[in-house]
Amino acid sequence: MNVGLEHYLVVSGLMFSLGLMGVIMRRNLLVIYMCLELMLNAANLALVALSRYHGNLSGEIVVFFIITVAAAEVSVGLALIVALYRKRQTAHVEDLMAMKF
Amino acid sequence: MPPLSDILFYVFAALALICGALVVLSRNPVNSAMFLVLSIISLAGLFVLLHAFFLAAVQVLVYAGAVIVLFLFVIMLLDLKEEQRRKMKTFGAVTGIISVLGIAFVFWHSLIHSSLPESLGTTDGSTLALGRLLFTSYSLPFEILSVLLLVAMVGVILLSKKEQK
Repeated sequence: MNVGLEHYLVVSGLMFSLGLMGVIMRRNLLVIYMCLELMLNAANLALVALSRYHGNLSGEIVVFFIITVAAAEVSVGLALIVALYRKRQTAHVEDLMAMKF
Repeated sequence: MPPLSDILFYVFAALALICGALVVLSRNPVNSAMFLVLSIISLAGLFVLLHAFFLAAVQVLVYAGAVIVLFLFVIMLLDLKEEQRRKMKTFGAVTGIISVLGIAFVFWHSLIHSSLPESLGTTDGSTLALGRLLFTSYSLPFEILSVLLLVAMVGVILLSKKEQK
């Protein structure tokens, strides 16, 4: 059986589920962030595969934008985590239940 | 004997998924970051198989280069120890697994029961074609993105500055 669009979509779906499971099950803020990256990458894979099999380059442009926005998001999020750690000395979500400092 | 590209697809897909699972499962955040690098690099391999060469290069440069370095830097800065075994709340675990299975089921169901459209021809994601599209049809989003990067940079500097008295 030749590898087609379905195969890529299945890999992308499995990867998204893995990332979602990590976000829900893990309690370390940084690991949750990495799992978010995994989910973004799954979406990227689906977009690239669809654009390849649809003969339209716009999907790849969107992936380019997603990568850029993800880089910005990671830098801001990590700065927030560092600021939070300075105040509370923890990066564990169960120790961060209150919204105010 | 299947063609080489199919074999490569299975190798890269298996690597990406196994390393993705290890990101979720490993206890030490540094190990998670390293497995994330491997997963991202095998995804770049999948992009090459889809003829998205420019995106594969960007993926390796931006993710494996910049984002993971940032992650490792923060892990070292915070000096995170290996996570102690805390008692898993059964409620959280059960709802987590149920929601993940639900989403996986929705994906699977929609893939099985929908007929994928006929291929309309294939693209070649060369840098030339991508750049031409980026600087003609998508030039406004491109410029907005540069402003977004500037805003993110200023925000990060403000957030991580120590408060002065």
